[in-house]
Amino acid sequence: MSAAPTARSLGMATCHECGLLVRTGSTTEEPAFACPRCRASVHVRKHDSLRRVWALLFAAAVLYIPANTFPIMTTTYLGAAQSDTIMSGVIYLAQEDWPLAVVVFVASVMVPIVKIVVLAFLAASVRARSRWRPADRTRLYRITESIGPWSMVDVYVVTVLVALVRLDALASVEAEVGAIFFGAVVVLTIFAAESFDPRLIWDAAGDAPVDEPTAAPPGLVSGGEPEGGVA
Amino acid sequence: MVPEEFVACHDCDLIHRIPVGQEGRSGRCTRCGAVLFNHKRNTVERTLALTAAGAVLFAVANLFPFLSFDMQGRVTETTLLSGVVELWSQGMGVLAVLVLLTAVIAPGVQLSLLGYVLVPLHAGRVPWRLELALRALRRIETWSMMEVFLIGILVALVKLGRMAEIVPGPAIYSFAILILVLAGAAATLDRRAVWQRLTVGA
Repeated sequence: MSAAPTARSLGMATCHECGLLVRTGSTTEEPAFACPRCRASVHVRKHDSLRRVWALLFAAAVLYIPANTFPIMTTTYLGAAQSDTIMSGVIYLAQEDWPLAVVVFVASVMVPIVKIVVLAFLAASVRARSRWRPADRTRLYRITESIGPWSMVDVYVVTVLVALVRLDALASVEAEVGAIFFGAVVVLTIFAAESFDPRLIWDAAGDAPVDEPTAAPPGLVSGGEPEGGVA
Repeated sequence: MVPEEFVACHDCDLIHRIPVGQEGRSGRCTRCGAVLFNHKRNTVERTLALTAAGAVLFAVANLFPFLSFDMQGRVTETTLLSGVVELWSQGMGVLAVLVLLTAVIAPGVQLSLLGYVLVPLHAGRVPWRLELALRALRRIETWSMMEVFLIGILVALVKLGRMAEIVPGPAIYSFAILILVLAGAAATLDRRAVWQRLTVGA
């Protein structure tokens, strides 16, 4: 069997802070020492990765509902008050400038949901010890991680508006509770993406050889029964 | 003979042999495509130059108004911080802290840490507790979201377009350039090379 040489299979680990490859002396146990170069504690894999991902995703998914149903701000203009949710803000913007409305819709509505769904899919695929296209799943993770901050757009819009429009009875903008829920969703999904360890994808895929296209050792080919848990 | 070191891919754990200190070379993981190393030319000097430019732009972006809002002769000006203060006074403390952190503190700390690390390195010395500074830098970068803030400003402008006249201030231009400068600084910083200095200095 010509499994790809990974740090773990050789009894080594990468310091997650400084990237130094250090010898752990074991292929199964987590080391209990500090990196000789930067003194950070060395882990073979991110600590408790999947459990943290699920917890953070669950919290984000729950908060996504009030974030979208509660108003994020109230505009008072010449005595008339109007509350806006994320979606009604997008619709209003579409009448003014639709390309920008598309950007805001993607950033605020799509990005959080896509992040939650993709991370849940990746975590589930690791749990099921899937061998399906690990390189593509790793790429999917990298994209998911990078789009996170864009959902902050609406929080910033509210900030700029409350700072600019404060002319008392004439015109004013107040932030509403939906914006807090929304900020919480953004923060939680960023933490969730950070907690996921893409190396688990490759552990679960049984460290497929580098060059030979998925020439799995006999007995592991069909992958039939999920082996449960994560090593 | 090119000096080499062994590293494992941070995304898939595959072991690779990469060159040490070969400026201008970069490489990706053969299995998952992650960037393994990107050895920049004059990484310390280039990043330091961009950091210095960034510091000036950061000061301008925070001290000068970035927008003024003229509605029937009544003018309000806003700086980066006044939005945060206004959120706080409306009882939205959590939101104020989140905006302060992502639009002001994170980029400010990022620039300070870069300066703290790079000025001594340029002078040939290893800064005190380099490892802690680099660790903090990695943490804080995740929360620096100025480019998103700029889009937020743009959206707010379009929304207000009908209601009043908006005049962009000097801060908004500094802010826009600062985003590019900080992105450049992040791109020219060769982390592996900087960590390597810790080994040499120890």
